[in-house]
Amino acid sequence: MKNVTADTLIRIEHLGKSYSLQDAHGQTITSPVLFDVNLSIQKGEFVAIMGQSGSGKSTLMNILGCLDTPSEGSYWLAGKNVAMLSNDQLARIRNQHIGFVFQGFNLLKRITALDNVAMPLLYSGINRTQSRKHALELLHRTGLGKFAQHLPNQLSGGQQQRVAISRALINQPPLILADEPTGNLDSQTSQEIMLLFQRLNQEQGITIVLVTHEDDIAEYAQRLVILRDGRVIVDKSNV
Amino acid sequence: MNLLSIFFEALGALRQNRLRTGLTMLGMIIGVAAVVLMLSIGQGARTKINETIAAMGSNLFIVVPGATSSGGFSFGSGSVRTLTINDAYAIADLASISATAPITSGTVQLNYSAKNWSTIITGTTPDYFAVGNWKMEAGTIFTDSDLRSAARVVVLGSITAKNLFGEEDPIGKTIRITNRPFLVIGVLVAKGQSLTGRDQDDNIFIPITTSERQITGNPFPGSIRYMLAQAKSTEDMDIAEIEMTLLLQQRHKITKGKENDFTVRNLTAIADVATDAAKIMSVVLGAIASVSLLVGGIGIMNIMLVSVTERTREIGIRMAIGANQCAILTQFLLEALMICFMGGLLGLLIGIGGAWIVSRVADMLIVITVGMVGLAFLFASAIGIFFGYYPAKKAASLKPVDALRYE
Repeated sequence: MKNVTADTLIRIEHLGKSYSLQDAHGQTITSPVLFDVNLSIQKGEFVAIMGQSGSGKSTLMNILGCLDTPSEGSYWLAGKNVAMLSNDQLARIRNQHIGFVFQGFNLLKRITALDNVAMPLLYSGINRTQSRKHALELLHRTGLGKFAQHLPNQLSGGQQQRVAISRALINQPPLILADEPTGNLDSQTSQEIMLLFQRLNQEQGITIVLVTHEDDIAEYAQRLVILRDGRVIVDKSNV
Repeated sequence: MNLLSIFFEALGALRQNRLRTGLTMLGMIIGVAAVVLMLSIGQGARTKINETIAAMGSNLFIVVPGATSSGGFSFGSGSVRTLTINDAYAIADLASISATAPITSGTVQLNYSAKNWSTIITGTTPDYFAVGNWKMEAGTIFTDSDLRSAARVVVLGSITAKNLFGEEDPIGKTIRITNRPFLVIGVLVAKGQSLTGRDQDDNIFIPITTSERQITGNPFPGSIRYMLAQAKSTEDMDIAEIEMTLLLQQRHKITKGKENDFTVRNLTAIADVATDAAKIMSVVLGAIASVSLLVGGIGIMNIMLVSVTERTREIGIRMAIGANQCAILTQFLLEALMICFMGGLLGLLIGIGGAWIVSRVADMLIVITVGMVGLAFLFASAIGIFFGYYPAKKAASLKPVDALRYE
């Protein structure tokens, strides 16, 4: 176990996850996905989690994002044991402390880019006028100001992903979790997005955990964690 | 969590799928419109019946001469003239009775200048107008002194007055009844139809003495066709019936074991039957309409369930960016409630409009009360909460990761 300091943002110990499924005969099969994962991430780190599909990296990401709960082991986020938190507290953590970026962007298709960006503020209890004002400022800073009133499908993939990143940033969370953020983008756009992440990490000190299966994307991170069949097989500095 | 913001989210979701929202709302609109329409028709019928009953006069008995038989043939009620004016006066003196009105009647031809009209003539006493709850449109009723002197004075029913005089003022004019001149001294306020559907305004009234001596003639002097008797109060009705029966038995010398030669009928009991019938009609109409409201509610639940399934990914996204269960529950519940509320409002307007059309086309009395409107709204909201809760709860209890992964 690495040394635990006040700067430890994420600490997981002996974490395991298995899913219960029903087979065709109605019998329950337990299918394990993660085994005995130990991981500790300091504030300000930029970590890439790699692995082939089925290696459990997305499951790990969902647990880190408090979207899913572990079957075994424990997870401390900023010193708090996540297992002890209520659903409402978890929702609050997702709202205030974590920004999500997904492969498929996960923007709401029927509302404008501006409203998408402003949406987390709705659940922080901030009124609409202020949320929109705040979201517009952020979009201007990301260079997307003129697309504020566009619907997501009127934007290119790169623009959509930048809208999604703006949404993740609006509550100024200390942690961003990005699940294959460049999976749907061409290499030119991927590079731009990765540079944006790098800048957020270096300039604002935001901790970034990135899941990818592409080596050249993982190269932007400072640290590399490789999963295979639900176990951590590599955890090294990536310089 | 900001309730107003969630309200706008719900409104936005409804506006994005206008056709579906509209169709779902239609179920609610039809349901509420049906309830409002049916309740207003039922209430209208009850009001109409209550008005008719009030117009008839309250706590009334009708006393008719009894049946008679001769050589094995029965002649039915009223076939003999066993009741007399003096019977009526004697009954009026009973403690439980406030007034009586002996009545003779027949059909006569009336003339005024060039016009003529055939109508029913009623010979009675001045008390008749109080007992029957008649009000004067113009002029006065005849007096006891008219009665004593068998004066040739007449009070006209409103329809008769209209047919004979048109726009002219009948008071003080002289009409001819079977060729005898009578002075018109009063015109009655219209009463409409009786419970049995008879027009109560096409008739004329003269003192019973005048009628007997000069118009209808009478083979049995002093006998009457029937009488109305009014009890002093509703509580006195039972006693009054017994007292009248005993008094008439005594006056008509009917000994024990013999059949009465008269019949006492409680008119209020007849009115009660009509009121009950109207009440049952209201309930049945309301129940039928409620079924359509229920069907509308089930439609809402159905659509909300589809909507939750369809928007599972959206729910997942919302949860991932920080919506708690309460926020999701509130949004979906608000969507259901908004459909109900807007549907309820439109349904109410259509129901009121429909009631107005029915009242015009079918010439029915339609009554819409504030209570009815409130009830329709209460129902609509209750249905929204009841049928909206389950889908909303279902949406809120999704696990974030499952909702996000849903394709």
